[in-house]
Amino acid sequence: MKDERLKVLSNRPLTSGDSPVWEMVLSGVTEPMRPGQFVQIALPGRFLRRPISVCDLQEDPQSPGTFRLTIVYKIVGKGTADLTGYQPDDELSVLTGLGNGYDLSDSGDDPLLLGGGVGTPPMYFLAKELIKEGKNVRVILGFNRMDEVFYEKEFRHLGAEVTVTTVDGSYGEKGFVTDALPGGISSYYACGPEPMLKAVHKKIAAPGQLSFESRMGCGFGACMGCTMKTAGGYKRICKEGPVLRKEEILWEN
Amino acid sequence: MGKLSVDLCGIRLDNPVIPASGTFGFGYEFAELYDINCLGTFSFKGTTLEERYGNPLPRIAETSSGMLNAVGLQNPGVDKVIAEELPKLFQVFHKPVMANVSGFSIDGYVEVVRRLEAVKQIGWLEINISCPNVHGGGMSFGTDPKAAASVVEAVRKVTAKPLIIKLSPNVTDIVSIAKACEDKGADGISLINTLLGMRIDLKTKKPILANTTGGLSGPAIFPVALRMVYQVARAVKIPVIGMGGVSTAEDVIEMMMAGASAVEVGAANLVDPLACPKIIEDLPRVMERYRIDRLEDIIGAVE
Repeated sequence: MKDERLKVLSNRPLTSGDSPVWEMVLSGVTEPMRPGQFVQIALPGRFLRRPISVCDLQEDPQSPGTFRLTIVYKIVGKGTADLTGYQPDDELSVLTGLGNGYDLSDSGDDPLLLGGGVGTPPMYFLAKELIKEGKNVRVILGFNRMDEVFYEKEFRHLGAEVTVTTVDGSYGEKGFVTDALPGGISSYYACGPEPMLKAVHKKIAAPGQLSFESRMGCGFGACMGCTMKTAGGYKRICKEGPVLRKEEILWEN
Repeated sequence: MGKLSVDLCGIRLDNPVIPASGTFGFGYEFAELYDINCLGTFSFKGTTLEERYGNPLPRIAETSSGMLNAVGLQNPGVDKVIAEELPKLFQVFHKPVMANVSGFSIDGYVEVVRRLEAVKQIGWLEINISCPNVHGGGMSFGTDPKAAASVVEAVRKVTAKPLIIKLSPNVTDIVSIAKACEDKGADGISLINTLLGMRIDLKTKKPILANTTGGLSGPAIFPVALRMVYQVARAVKIPVIGMGGVSTAEDVIEMMMAGASAVEVGAANLVDPLACPKIIEDLPRVMERYRIDRLEDIIGAVE
């Protein structure tokens, strides 16, 4: 965990509609982060910080030794609406490097990445790192409708094989991510709404890691506001999570 | 003795700033960020006899200038706290620490205190008779002077350590409860625990918290806390620890002027993990502005 002051480089909508999704790039991160980790953003006038997953982290060409952070967030309430007002050069107080992140060491050669809605962003950083390691990465991105789809091109540019599903069939394959499962996968990584995680957990036999979200207090393990019961005992989603291995999950919280 | 130093029940603190129980875990998460030995002390996570998971999720809801929590005393139980948590805590914190004890029966409180009594580095026992998020016990001991007195009387018999009783604000007359605790041998009073509150999700028409209600903390409750600290400090002779929404050095001084000998900082730690070291660093500058030479001089200085 690190307390950082980051500078906004860009902030733009990726989709339109009632709950649009935005992408923000920030500079000034001084310590590397792992795929699956998240940050906590402080917003003036809002008491609690907002937990948002790391979509990408790359070395800053203009400031060697520091990193640029990309986050992709959905407007779901007042805090995320506030975030859309930030302009280039504005500063934000951000706690970085939170949570455990995905374990890439036992992905096997053919990992499958599943992202549902705003569960998609952490899959981008993960896909990038797995492709760097020479893995054959396949990605399934699930959305409700065509106008909610984002980052398809970005995943393809990384070199991943991408399938998009929409619930209403307006784009890509009709159905849920679990309706488009390929064969021959060595492992899977999933992030998305809980019904999706449950379906994925039930349908895929390969080893899996699933990322959870929760209303949080602190985001760094102090308040016990987000604890889940797991097969390995009580785990704080913010500290021992947000990523759990599939055999740890009890689905009874 | 430094100008920030205060006495708390016969133990010297370098400064009056104490992270409050439930907002600081067992210290080591914060020790990743800064040397927590800069603190006066801290009150570790509320400990019960048996392990507790606590309440279902969601346990947290935001409010204007504050938050609701309904954690429900999640903790590993006193034996695991002693065997696993405290050894880790003592690696990063070398001053006397404050233990926070909760229970569901008088025997439960007594047994936890008896087991913690043997731990040398525990300087004070803070007895929580005010948790609003558990059923049977918790706050019910803190809302009636007789019940409060019976807890204090029972735990007093099994400890020689300073005994601080943490009170609930969810009462009509907090002074009578504080006095009942003092009469039965309490060495100090800490207040306030959280104020009972609630939020509803407009979309689902359901309470945001799975427990329906939770405890309100944060700057929203500071004036209520200050008023109660003022009332209690005037009515008892034992030291009072003030808490409730404290987030700046100015708040610390205000609490002390109202009668607090030391000050606990709670929710502020959760939104800014560096809140306490920042307050400690700011104190000398703010003292200078108000021409305060020694913090101890202003305890109860309100006119």
